[in-house]
Amino acid sequence: MTDKLALSVRDLVVSTDADAPVRILDGVSLDVRSGRTTALIGESGSGKSILGSAVMGLLPDTMSAQGEIVFDDRQVLGIPERQRRALRGRWVAMIFQDPLAALNPSQRIGRQVGELLRRGGLRGKALEEGVVRLLARVGVPRPEERAHAFPHQLSGGLRQRAVIAMALSGGPRLLIADEPTTALDVTVQKRILDLLAEMQRDDGIAILFISHDLRVVSHIADDLVVLYAGRVAESGPARSVLSKPLHPYTRALARSVPSVSAASAVSDPIPGTAASPAARPSGCAFHPRCPLAREICRRETPQPREVVPGRVSACHFAEEFLDD
Amino acid sequence: MMSMIGRRLAVGVFVIWGVTTLMFVLIRVAPGDPATTLLGPDATPEQIEALTERLGLSGNIVEQYLAYLRQLATLDFGDSFRTGQPAIALVSSRLPETLQLTLGATVIAAAVGLTLSLLAARRPDGAIDRVVSTISILFQGMPTFWVGIMLILIFALVLRVTPSSGAGTPAHLILPAITLALPFTAIIARISRATLTEAMREPYVQTARAKGLSRGEALRNHAFRNAMGPVVTIVGLQVGALVGGAVVVENVFAWPGLGTLIVDSVASRDYTVVQAAVFVIALFVLALNLVADIVNALLDPRIRVEANA
Amino acid sequence: MTDDVILRAPAVVRGRSRGRAARAAASIMRIVPIAIIAIYVLAAVFGPMIVPFDPVATQIVDRLLPPGATTSTGSVAVLGTDSTGRDMVGQLIYGARTSMLIGTLTVAVCTVVGVVVGLLAGYLGGIADTLLSRIIDILIAFPNIVLAIVVAGLFERGVAVVVVALSLAGWVSFARLTRGATLSLREREWVSAARVLGVPAPRIMLRHVLPFVFAPVVALVALEFGLIVLGEAGLSFLGIGLPHDIVSWGQTIAAGKAYLSTAWWISVFPGIALALLVVMTGLLGDQLNSRFQRGGVR
Repeated sequence: MTDKLALSVRDLVVSTDADAPVRILDGVSLDVRSGRTTALIGESGSGKSILGSAVMGLLPDTMSAQGEIVFDDRQVLGIPERQRRALRGRWVAMIFQDPLAALNPSQRIGRQVGELLRRGGLRGKALEEGVVRLLARVGVPRPEERAHAFPHQLSGGLRQRAVIAMALSGGPRLLIADEPTTALDVTVQKRILDLLAEMQRDDGIAILFISHDLRVVSHIADDLVVLYAGRVAESGPARSVLSKPLHPYTRALARSVPSVSAASAVSDPIPGTAASPAARPSGCAFHPRCPLAREICRRETPQPREVVPGRVSACHFAEEFLDD
Repeated sequence: MMSMIGRRLAVGVFVIWGVTTLMFVLIRVAPGDPATTLLGPDATPEQIEALTERLGLSGNIVEQYLAYLRQLATLDFGDSFRTGQPAIALVSSRLPETLQLTLGATVIAAAVGLTLSLLAARRPDGAIDRVVSTISILFQGMPTFWVGIMLILIFALVLRVTPSSGAGTPAHLILPAITLALPFTAIIARISRATLTEAMREPYVQTARAKGLSRGEALRNHAFRNAMGPVVTIVGLQVGALVGGAVVVENVFAWPGLGTLIVDSVASRDYTVVQAAVFVIALFVLALNLVADIVNALLDPRIRVEANA
Repeated sequence: MTDDVILRAPAVVRGRSRGRAARAAASIMRIVPIAIIAIYVLAAVFGPMIVPFDPVATQIVDRLLPPGATTSTGSVAVLGTDSTGRDMVGQLIYGARTSMLIGTLTVAVCTVVGVVVGLLAGYLGGIADTLLSRIIDILIAFPNIVLAIVVAGLFERGVAVVVVALSLAGWVSFARLTRGATLSLREREWVSAARVLGVPAPRIMLRHVLPFVFAPVVALVALEFGLIVLGEAGLSFLGIGLPHDIVSWGQTIAAGKAYLSTAWWISVFPGIALALLVVMTGLLGDQLNSRFQRGGVR
């Protein structure tokens, strides 16, 4: 734990600005260290992409955030938009789920990858070389040629590589990867994950990896944060969380993916549907689906607490899992 | 893209056939004998018969129609009764003026409409957006001929900065072009605002903003071009209305184009010129439609690249 | 799937997030168009009973009086008089009558023709549909106002000619709307069921298709009404169509053009009356449209 904290989120609340505001994120805390990967995992609607947007400072106009978002000792929540914008792309960059949608369909790849270099003052030959270098670095074959292609002319894997090149173009310290492999073929997924790991090793970039897919996450995450209905259910080192979950939701999640859990060989889906932050159940949001739910779970909202060193759980009965 | 142009041309030929045939029918069902109307009560039967012949109104209807189609094919609509010139030549001589007016208006409408939409789309439902949408509603509802007169009143009569009517110098074009542009400015602003707002929600705009671009930069550099496709398509559909508007506006400003010609010719029952003008107007609209299609194709690399390949 | 459920929600959320004052303003705005249109209708129907006005009589001593001046008969010309001494208020009211009359007649013709043709083409499909589509191609490509100019110019002046000239292209939007709705409705279960049960086609169209087309057609009626009033005024402005003894805003605007530098009010007031009416019908049409879309038939 000697690595520097690149991102530290504390008690982040994101709510809609309505007459009846909804807390989409309700007191989320997490850390991402330089050179390491923190995975944020949760079902659709759990608010995990909103967290990514909040860190980028790109929340929709209709939402507002309170709490702390600290980049490398610097609180960035609430600073003027102009200063925030200067950090975007250069300090923190983002990779999106669908590379085809994330690329402007009417601009050549090179122009999009080179946009930040251009804004940095590069022109002409130097700019062109910079773009080719970036594309080559993310493993795009024949980069000179590909720079002149339009997004629709490339394969899904190459497009995602271009998106990664674009994200790396500003030399960021923190990379937010929002489901970067979900839209890709399984064979391509692995290669993109390897590429991210390689970039991280070379540059010491911190990665916040947002995913719903525990299988993908188990390959790359150093730390794991499990989000349920806009709250942290559990967090800790990935290996230890997956091998010994301290929250019934994490346990159920792990069991739903055969290859992750040692406990079961078959897929065991979680009963019920994911709670939405807009209609969050009372007490522990997971209680309607929890096999261990008791009376207190309905009444009292469990606060995340350190159950054993490095392991945080928001279950009233987290200690009981230790004995399993 | 070539097949698209081919389809357009086929539809175009069909439309011209339809419009001119409609004219053929209308002239024949209109009450009163055109030759008698034109020559007045003092005409001799011989004169009337001669004119009926010249108008292509003698013989049975099938023969008349075939003769009419032959005229169309050779662009020979006969001579104007008022001036004695060939009708098609008269009409063609007025075309450049109308072209100038419609192009001027298109440039103004595109420049102003797109600027307004860019301002509005930066903050949907914000103050600027509301002002722009109010302006659009007003521009679309105000009758152009009245707006034209108001502009004459303000700029030509009170401020005395522009000529009130006529043509000849670039200054003469200003008021008619602005007048004609207003409703199209509104249409362009409304559609472009809608497509821009939609484009701003696209992931690639988020990507751009994630690269540190401001809302305005993302709007101009990324959303704009992709939002223009639907705008051009819809504006293309308005080309007929644009030419129709030009016909009215020309009459406000005594602009010597097709519009003043066709209204004068209708008023004086100069049938040959009316027919030639209808033909040329239809052709003009179709040509502008084709231009809109080509612009649209050029905007989208997914179409353009395949066309080059 | 990421959180697009939440990301898409704001459109709705935002509407609710507006303050009470804004909502009150919005609900007032909802009444404004219909209220103003009602005033026009009342003025057109009852105005002549209140404001005595002879559209053909001239009063040379009272010509070109500015707004607020006293006429030779001692009355006050609130909006001035025109070049033959006729009161502008009277002209506006009679002009409203003309616009309302022609607008209503033309919209009625367009609605009936458009809906019937659209229903037939959409329901029958095949040659009927192809034929309709081609006719629509022609009418859309050619400027409507030019068609109206030529038709109205070829025939004798009269209200009927103007109605026909404006209807010639005006029915197209109704036909397109109805055709589109019919095409999608035709595939709905209850329509197929009725067909299988052997319900005759005219009855299916009346009972099962027409009611669903009704709402969007009403919205289109409002939008088209404004366009047609604009078209009529345009024709009258060009001196085409209506007989000279019928007062029309377009004709008054044209007549005032010669006196712009001395008597601006002749052109200004009818134009404002016309623009206001057209804007209000447009707003009403938009309101109806968005309400029906939220109610959601299609």
